[in-house]
Amino acid sequence: MVPISYYLVLSAILFGLGVVAFIFKRNIITIFMSIELMLNAVNLTFVAFSRALGKLDGQVFVFFVIVVAAAEAAVGLAIILLIARNQQSLNIERVNLLKL
Amino acid sequence: MLLLDHLWIIPSLPLLGAALNGLLGARWPKRWVDVVGVGTTGLAFAATLELIREFAHLRADQVPWSKSYLTWIGAGNFRAGFDLQVDQLTIVMLLVVTGVGWLIHIYSTGYMAHEGGYYRFFAEINLFTFFMLTLVMAANFVLLFVGWEGVGLCSYLLIGFFFLRKSAADAGKKAFIVTRIGDFGFTLGILLIFWAFGSVDYATVFKGAAGMPVENAGQPGVLTSISLLLLAGAIGKSAQLPLYVWLPDAMEGPTPVSALIHAATMVTAGVYMVARAHILFSHAPIAMTTVAVIGGLTALYAATIGLVQTDIKRVLAYSTVSQIGYMFLACGVGAFSAGIFHLMTHAFFKALLFLAAGSVIHAMGGEQDMRRMGGLRKQIPWTYWTMLLATLSISGAPLFAGFFSKDKILFETAVSPYGGRVLWVIALLAALLTAFYMFRLIFLTFHGAPRYDEHATHVHESPKNMLAPLVVLAVLSVVGGWVAAPALSGGADYFEIYLAPVFAKSSALMATAVGETESRTLELQLMGVAVGVATLGFLVAWWFYIRRPQTPEWLAETFHAPYKLLLNKYYVDEIYDLAIIRPIGWISTRLLWQVVDEGAIDGSVNGVAHTARRLGSRLRVLASGNARSYAAWVLVGAVLLLGLLLWPLLGTVR
Repeated sequence: MVPISYYLVLSAILFGLGVVAFIFKRNIITIFMSIELMLNAVNLTFVAFSRALGKLDGQVFVFFVIVVAAAEAAVGLAIILLIARNQQSLNIERVNLLKL
Repeated sequence: MLLLDHLWIIPSLPLLGAALNGLLGARWPKRWVDVVGVGTTGLAFAATLELIREFAHLRADQVPWSKSYLTWIGAGNFRAGFDLQVDQLTIVMLLVVTGVGWLIHIYSTGYMAHEGGYYRFFAEINLFTFFMLTLVMAANFVLLFVGWEGVGLCSYLLIGFFFLRKSAADAGKKAFIVTRIGDFGFTLGILLIFWAFGSVDYATVFKGAAGMPVENAGQPGVLTSISLLLLAGAIGKSAQLPLYVWLPDAMEGPTPVSALIHAATMVTAGVYMVARAHILFSHAPIAMTTVAVIGGLTALYAATIGLVQTDIKRVLAYSTVSQIGYMFLACGVGAFSAGIFHLMTHAFFKALLFLAAGSVIHAMGGEQDMRRMGGLRKQIPWTYWTMLLATLSISGAPLFAGFFSKDKILFETAVSPYGGRVLWVIALLAALLTAFYMFRLIFLTFHGAPRYDEHATHVHESPKNMLAPLVVLAVLSVVGGWVAAPALSGGADYFEIYLAPVFAKSSALMATAVGETESRTLELQLMGVAVGVATLGFLVAWWFYIRRPQTPEWLAETFHAPYKLLLNKYYVDEIYDLAIIRPIGWISTRLLWQVVDEGAIDGSVNGVAHTARRLGSRLRVLASGNARSYAAWVLVGAVLLLGLLLWPLLGTVR
């Protein structure tokens, strides 16, 4: 059996990649995908602990996260679509309408 | 027994008139305003007469007859309700308020006919009648105070009736603020009454007070304090020393207002209140002496100012102050019924004097200065004769109404244990001056050569609706005192007998203190002196203004300083201005406004706003509007939070 630390390290690496991509990427779609990556890194941690502890709580959490992520994807993609139409661009630097 | 069971009807009638005229009168023709204004007051007068008829059938133990209608304030064991009561004193006051009030309403339909705000005048004067009736019918001190403040409000509104004129608006404010000083004492007095007796109802309070011992001068107690505080209220309302200054200025109001509010009814409310609380006062000799001294001094003091005034209404105003001083003097020496008697006769002749003065002003086209009148006797005979009767009455000419009431007061002052020779002499001097300044007014106005431009001024007699009230009041000024007439020939003073049940408890106290000092010969002698003094006043006025018209000028030249002092009303207004108004104004401006308000209050509020704004301008750089910088902040925050959570674990790893 694979020890839990393997899963946690993998999860941490995935989360870190997500964070780095979130900060440094300019394309909104890519940023969006990095958020999904972070969410799924957390999901991986949940199922790993669920398996290791022999409890189902973690798996229930994962379902919730997936549902929220799906809803977020629906709203987020709609927003991105509108930004793309209005700005003719997907560059995050240009999304600064709230700036004074 | 309709009205005895429904006492509320009487005050409600003028209130209805005030509501109708006030809310709808602006759109009504004058005729309807007349009908509602005069009609409701007339109905109130009729209702009063019916009430008297029913009241006469009550047994002695049913008086005072009181009715509770609603509880207004109930808290713990405190209760103040809309309770009305009727006793003989109330009856007299009701007759004066509704009767004289009604006549003045009729007069106003003529006098105010050409003024703007006609409906407003009637709405306000009806509202005044309502509050005055509440005042005299109240069965507890709190409701009395409601009426008290209500008449003050209407007085303010009506003095400032011509509010576009600054002097009128200022006079209204002055009346309101000066009386407020006295009312502060009155309020404290009511609180003290509740503290001492656990109730503000007349029945409980007076019963409690009657059972208490007389507080001799050596050890004043709670009754003395209550009486003196109530007296403060009475002094403010009834324009006595030192709070009389508002009444002469109140002459800025229309003349019917001066007649109704500032002569016949409202200003006598203080006398009514002292008489109503007579048990409290008669148990506090210090308060009694204070009442008598203030009354006597005011009577003389105001009369001296009246000697030299040239505005016809101002002479009458000072005369009113002086005559109310007489009423206070009567109450102070324990002759409450004499005070109320003078209140009634004064209501007749002083209302008449004011209305006649209004008729003169009307005839002269608005002129109020007696120096620009003269010789009006022939042009306005009705006004002249009615005013002459009133003057005879106020001067104390034998068998006129004022003669009986004034001589009663002089006699009581001389024999009462609270009175004495000094007060009697003061009152007698005031009587002398009264006769002088009243005949001076008559001679200056109606006799001699005309001193006005006869071509510019079209002198004309007033219309019938103004003359009719004059005639009725003239009759009352003559016969109004005859109820006391049999006393002259050894009979009964019916007025005193009628009021005797009200003042029985105080009279009993006085009698034990006085013993039987009353004697008819003394009364007749004093009467002779008073009549002699009044005649002297008349003769001096005649000498000064008919026989040798240059005498007053010569006197004014010779005694320049005293003349100036009187002409400027002893500079009391100026002294008050310097001693009270300016310091208050200075403190308000320099300290309360510029330091406390602008510095402390505005400063702290502005300081908070300023701090918030400066903090905001620092923090706004964080909100760059750039989505990626926000993401970076989120990351920083997450790392910090994680670091905080993991910090304690760090040690265990090592």
